[in-house]
Formats: sequence, C-alpha cells, structure tokens
Amino acid sequence: MSEAYLEQIAQELVSRAVRAGAAAADVIVREGDEFSTTVRLGQIENLKEAGSRVLGLRVLVGMRSASAYSSDFSAASMDRLVERALAMARAASEDAAGGLPDSDWLGRHPGELELYFSDVAEIPTERRIAIARRAEQAALDADPRIKNSEGAVVEASTTTKAYANSLGFVGSYRSSYCAVSVTAIALDSSGGGRMQRDYWYSVGRGADALDDPEAVGRRAAERALRRLGARKVATCRVPVVFDAETARSLVGHVFEAVRGDAIYRSASFLAGKLGERVAAENVTILDDGLRPRGFGSRPFDDEGVAPGVTPVVENGRLQSYLLNTYAARKLNLRTTGNAARGASGPPAIGPKNFYLAPGARTPDAIIRSVSHGLYVTELIGFGVNLVTGDYSRGASGLWIEHGELAFPVEEVTIAGNLADILTHITEIGSDLEFRGVLAAPTVLVEGLTVAGR
Amino acid sequence: MESVDRFFFEYYGLTERDLERYLGAALSAGAHYADLYFEHTTTSSLLLDESLIKSATEGISMGCGIRVLAGEQTGYAYSDDLAPEKILKAAKIAARIASGPARVSTVGLSTVERDHNFYRVAAPPTDRALEEKLELVRRADRAARDYDPRIGQVRVTYADQVRHILIAGSDGRVVTDCQPLVRLGVSTIARQNGKLQSGSRGGGGRVGLDFFERPQHSPEHFAREAARQAVVQLEAREAPAGEMEVVLAPGWPGILLHEAVGHGLEADFNRKGISAFSGRIGQRVASELCTVVDDGTIPNRRGSLNVDDEGSPTRRNVLIEKGILRGYLQDRLSAEVMRTSRTGNGRRESYEHIPMPRMTNTYMLAGSDDPEEIIRSVKRGLYAVYFGGGQVDITSGKFVFSASEAYLIEDGQVTAPVKGATLIGDGPTVLTRVTAVGHDLELDEGIGTCGKEGQSVPVGVGLPTIKVSHLTVGGTAPKTASPIL
Repeated sequence: MSEAYLEQIAQELVSRAVRAGAAAADVIVREGDEFSTTVRLGQIENLKEAGSRVLGLRVLVGMRSASAYSSDFSAASMDRLVERALAMARAASEDAAGGLPDSDWLGRHPGELELYFSDVAEIPTERRIAIARRAEQAALDADPRIKNSEGAVVEASTTTKAYANSLGFVGSYRSSYCAVSVTAIALDSSGGGRMQRDYWYSVGRGADALDDPEAVGRRAAERALRRLGARKVATCRVPVVFDAETARSLVGHVFEAVRGDAIYRSASFLAGKLGERVAAENVTILDDGLRPRGFGSRPFDDEGVAPGVTPVVENGRLQSYLLNTYAARKLNLRTTGNAARGASGPPAIGPKNFYLAPGARTPDAIIRSVSHGLYVTELIGFGVNLVTGDYSRGASGLWIEHGELAFPVEEVTIAGNLADILTHITEIGSDLEFRGVLAAPTVLVEGLTVAGR
Repeated sequence: MESVDRFFFEYYGLTERDLERYLGAALSAGAHYADLYFEHTTTSSLLLDESLIKSATEGISMGCGIRVLAGEQTGYAYSDDLAPEKILKAAKIAARIASGPARVSTVGLSTVERDHNFYRVAAPPTDRALEEKLELVRRADRAARDYDPRIGQVRVTYADQVRHILIAGSDGRVVTDCQPLVRLGVSTIARQNGKLQSGSRGGGGRVGLDFFERPQHSPEHFAREAARQAVVQLEAREAPAGEMEVVLAPGWPGILLHEAVGHGLEADFNRKGISAFSGRIGQRVASELCTVVDDGTIPNRRGSLNVDDEGSPTRRNVLIEKGILRGYLQDRLSAEVMRTSRTGNGRRESYEHIPMPRMTNTYMLAGSDDPEEIIRSVKRGLYAVYFGGGQVDITSGKFVFSASEAYLIEDGQVTAPVKGATLIGDGPTVLTRVTAVGHDLELDEGIGTCGKEGQSVPVGVGLPTIKVSHLTVGGTAPKTASPIL
C-alpha cells in the first residue's frame, strides 16, 4: 500500500473519531513486509514471507484518554474502534498532562534521512538463501572444531508508517532493514567434548551496507572458538572491559534511566540529577534522531514531533532527559521527540540513535592497559534495578593477564551499581559502530565485583 | 460437543470445504504435511499510575498462518486478512519450500472433539464490564498505599485476552480451542531518607475475573506483597559474592528449572545436537531427590493448554525422574525427525510465528523434607524468595536467574535482607547438587512469560523448598560471605 493511502486511512479515522465526539484524536498506521530464511548445515531450514498491517487509535474526551487497535481496515471496523475507544476514555481518569503535543511542537525534519533502500525488497529469494548459505559455510570452514551450527539467518523487511492527528498533522515515511547472522557451535574434542556457541551479525538499512557474508561467518566461528575451555575464576574485584556489544547494554541501561516516565515517578537512580555530574568526565552520550541510515532516525516521532540531536550526558554532566509529550508536561519541559508507539496503547518513550561518543584508543590498547581483569563479551539475565542502580548480571568472556587475553571465562557474574559504573568509566574505545538504536564503543570500568568460585 | 469452538465457522463463515482448498494450495508444490492456524485474539489492558487510570486499551488481532513441511524444511506465510484470495496467496508462498508434484489435497477433514476443558470459565474476561476491571486496579492501588506510609509510587497493570484458534492439518484433523488469559501486576517504590527501593508481584491464569475474589489471589494480596517487598528492601545490605549454599523458597523460584533444564530439554536444540543435554537421555542429570515434570494439563494455570498450537493434546511429561533424564519436549517436526511421539509442546506466539517446542508448566515434585529443617541445616548461605527474570545459554548450559527478594542464612536462621543479585550455574550439574527437597510444592501465581527466538508465550513454574549445596551468588560483598574463597 502506498504512503498516500496510509495517510488517507489515518486522517479518515481521526475524522471519524472527532465526528463521534472525541475532543482530540491521533492515529498510527503501520504496514510492513517481512522475509526471513534460516540455512543450517547447508540446507534451508525455514523460509518465511508475509505482510501485515495495523491501525492504532487514541481518543481524548475532555482530559481522559483511551486507545484501541485492529488489523481490520474496513469502515465497520473503524466505527467499532472509535466507539470502543470513546467508551473506555469516558471511564479513564482526568489527567491534565495527557493529550496531543502543543501545536507549535509539531513538525518534521525536511532533509533526507536515507531510511529506505529499494534493494532490500528487490533481492530475489534465491540470492537471500545464497547469502545465508555462504555465511554459514564460512563458519563451518573456519576450523575443524566448528562441527555444528545453529544456522545462518537472512532477514529483510520494509515498513511504511503514517501518523495523523486532529491538530492537522499528517505524515508518513518508509524504512527498510536487512540483516545476516550466523550462530556457530565449537566442539572441544580434547576437553571432554564441551560445546560453546557464539554468533555474529551485520545489519543495514540497505543491502549494500551488509558486510561480506563470509566475514560474518568467520567472525562467528572465531568468537565460538575462543570460548572453548572456558572456566570460572575466583571471586574478586577487578577492572572490567566491556566489548562494544556488551557496552551497548550498559548504554541501554542509561537510556532506561533517563526516560522521562522513570524520572517523574522517581523510578530511576538518575531522577533529580539534571545538571549534575553523573559519569566520568570523558563520558558524552547523545541521542541523535537525524543520523542518515540510522536505525533510530525518523523525520517525526510517533506524536508528530521532529526529533533533533539531544545531548543527554556531556563530559559527565546530565544535560537532558528523554521525553514524549506526556512526560514533558509532567516535568514542565519540552518534548525531545522520543515518542514511540506500537499500535496498542498510548505513546511510550523510545531511543533515537542513543550512543556513547567514542574515545581515542583502540580496543587492543585498552586491553593492554589492564594488568588483571575481565574482558566481557556476553552478558545474560535481567539483574538490573533502575530504581537503585544495583547491577548484577551473568557474564562470559576472556581473562586479561598482563594486558593479554589469557583464557576464556564463563559462569561468573559481574556486579556493582550503575551510578558507580558510570563514574568509573576510565577508558572509552574508538570503535563505535551503529548496529542498532543503541551504540557504544569498548569501555573500561574500574572495580566491579566478579563472582565465581 | 461443547469442547468444539465454532467461532471461525460462525463468525467468519469458514467451511471445511474452504480448509481443504487452502490445504490443497499449501501442498501444491509437494511437501509431506501442511497446516493452517487461524487465530482471533481480543485483548484489553489497563494501566494505573499515580492513582490515575492513565491508559485503557482494547484491540483485536486476527490472521491465518500457513505452514508447509518438506522433510526437515519449513515454509511459512501468513495473512492478517481472512479473505479466501489472501489465504490462498499465502498458502502458495508457503508451498514454495517444496519442489515436486502437487500432493493430492486432503479430503474428509473432521473436527476433533475433546471431552475436557482445562479452563472452563463462567464468563470470558473480555466480556466483563470495564468498571469491574477498573475496580480491581483501584483496589490494588489503595491496598499498596495503605500498607505503609513509605510506599510512594504504585503502578498497577491489568491485561486480559481471549484467543480463539482453529488448526487444520493435512492429516485431516481440525482442532479448535478458546483460551482465556488474565494477569494483574503491581509494582511499588518505597522511599525512606532519600533511599528508594522497589517491589513487584502479580498473578492470574486461564481464568475469569472471579479468580480475584479468593483472598490468596485478591488485588489486595498482590499489592501488599509488592509493597512489603519494597519496604523490606529498604533495609537490604550488599548481597554476598561467590559460591555458597542456597535455599530456594517454594513457587516462583521454580524459574530455576525453567532456565537450568527446561530450555535445554526442548527437542529442537536436541535433534540438532546443540544443547548441553543432547544425547543424555537415561543419564543422571540431577540428584535422586529430583523429579521434574512439564504439565500442560493443570486446570486454569497460565501455562496450560487443551491442545498445543499444532493441535496436539497437551500432557504431563516427566523430564527428569529421580535424577535420570527421561525425555525432551517435542513438537511435530522434532518428533518426526527423532522418530518419537509428540508431547504437546508445539507452541507459537501468534499466527505470525512458526511453532517450536516450548514449556507449559514446569515444576519439581514435592520431596519429604521439612522446609524449616532445610533452612536450619544451613550454616551460612542465601535464602532466595522471589525472582525477576532468567536466561540460559543452552549450548554451554550456563544459566542465570535474578533474585529480587533474598536473605542471608546465618547459623540456621534467616537474618538480614540483601539487595537483588543474579545467581549463575550450570544446567546439567546444578540439580545434582540438590541435597534437600521440601514437602511444600507450590506453583507460581501466574505471571511468567517465556521468550525464545523472539516469540513470547505464557508459562508456569513450580518448586518445593530446595537446598542447592553450592551455587554462585553474584553480589558485591566478597569478604563478608564467601566462605569458599
């Protein structure tokens, strides 16, 4: 379906809601096509292809609001949505902070953000399968100890999104996404037949941005191989180097902690810290909605507000929270264009391209600067409490001895408090790459507790 | 028979003739099996925050997923439009996985009747008045605030759904079901001298709203527990770091089983030989005190199903019997490849997803130890009562689960509360270190959601009080409580 058609549907549903008695309304329409294939041990394991669409309505009755969604675009379905949403809104609470953005907050970025590349949809299925096959084969060929695989996955999707509200805003944009990933299994025949698994991937807005399939496969194999023979270490307090992938998760916790809804509820260890030093002086974190080809870039957010570049932490000082209209009103601030909305429910707060600005040293130089410590390459579990900042997660990686990667480590946890972690970031790498809406280079954190034996 | 849900026949005019046509299209390029999965799900949800109803949402999602199996290969497509031409188009896309002459399409589909229903409810939750649901969340808010003046923030979520499914297979079977699901959750923040702490609790199941009328399931119960947890945590010390004896309380700490053994026993990983449990049927993987089952047939539980999402009846499957590994959790494809029977564990998040082996309700059978005696037997260790989430690396077998309410055990006594900490262990060996199993089996209160390969499904867990002789606790206080260092 065309962008114009989705805009028309969105506007029509807004009009229906207003005619039926809504004081204000907005609508999001999303339509997309997805493709994915998995190749395992050279054979196609699955092939999936489909399109879907959804319509989400929010209405206001006085200062009360409610939402409804459906995948049925018929006129009868739209009338039902309006009727249900209005009925629920009448039962909701009056909330002065609710509602659409102020008219003068609305707008869109005029420039080209390069979010859609037609090559993603155009690659023939046979070529997609071939890419997966090549990526997996490279992993299997990398070393005789790579005897098994979870397969290679190639994904390609396109989405069209339209938004309209009763203040007269209407807009739409298309985006595309593609990815290739490989999960390799390494088997240690000498050490009691222990297995280790690891993965690697490449993503892009356009197919031309993907790394060579062979490079992805080889990297997955290397990562699995270096985990063979992993062991626990004794409990200790040491410097921890987070590789770029795991550093992303740290940056993700900072994002969660500066979300306006966590701030006004005091549900964040960063609440009330605006203007204060919250991180080491070398730490600068930005949320950039306008990066060309960015996975979090968009001409307007899910409330019709143009996103810009929000400096969140500058030289260790907390400069801004991230807000949608609701959180902005609760905090007497202006929205930062971070409204993010699925079809169901009111707008939440999501990252634009949220990233830790890179430093000057290479990851190797950072590892060499550590005499004894842990290089973390994977984190598992959910042991992060944003209210207190308490942090405790399962980790695996490599032990650093005298600046060298000495042996693989598993079945340990790393623990501390996010407030301390941020102020003890002593090194930031030069290896920033945007591989999602969150991005970070390698970081070194002094003094975390590693629990093991 | 009342166990046949006629929803799609009545409201969408679907006929057995239509199903045959769609299956014919799905098998048009050969393949040995195809199935259709029709789904219609109605949901409603409420969010109360700062004592205001901030969000009220209703929605409908529906569609049909078409799966085609050719050997070990799966073709999949779906349509969210139930118009015949859209379903036929999706069926032809899914069919492309195979390359051969068309198979003769199925004739003579017959609807399978069931004489049981594990979740009979007086009235589906989606049909109940909005006002009744609003009252539940308001009661929870009041109870949490009344619990203690230090409770500053209360957030209450309510969600229900009714899901109608119809599965038609090229083996001629048509299976239907209607699945209600309800969940109430309360989270709190307590404040004292500028210090903040959080708590959370919730419950539900495949039930009607009358579930919340029982005192042990009342909004007040969940609210007071969430508030109590936050207040207790205000006094929490640093959690210990290192290996120690760990006692797990009954119920929700059964997430241990879900992570440590459950995922690793899903048959897709095992037929591919990539699980730490691959090829270990018949071997000892737990102490003889441990018998672990996955049971999709417990009435009204969150993880229960009359049939799985491939139409196979659910069962009570023994995974580990007195410490010996007995079986894997199977779906259709894995059972075919491994030449064994299906176990009713083929599940999917929705019509947009390919089914795979998943857990239902996973728990350990009760033992004979006295729970209080188990605690008294510990000189120095951790007593973990409530958990957040967990995760596992099925290949290395390493798993974590994060305690959100835990206490030190000192000289056989439960003493100070400690801050949240992640526990980490090794799936194939952790249960061999279970040295005591209590007689107090409890199932969780109905809040679990399991994620695998991007698909979420509701699940249950259960556990009696157990003692694990050593497990790594991921706190920050190495000197005070790390006797093994």
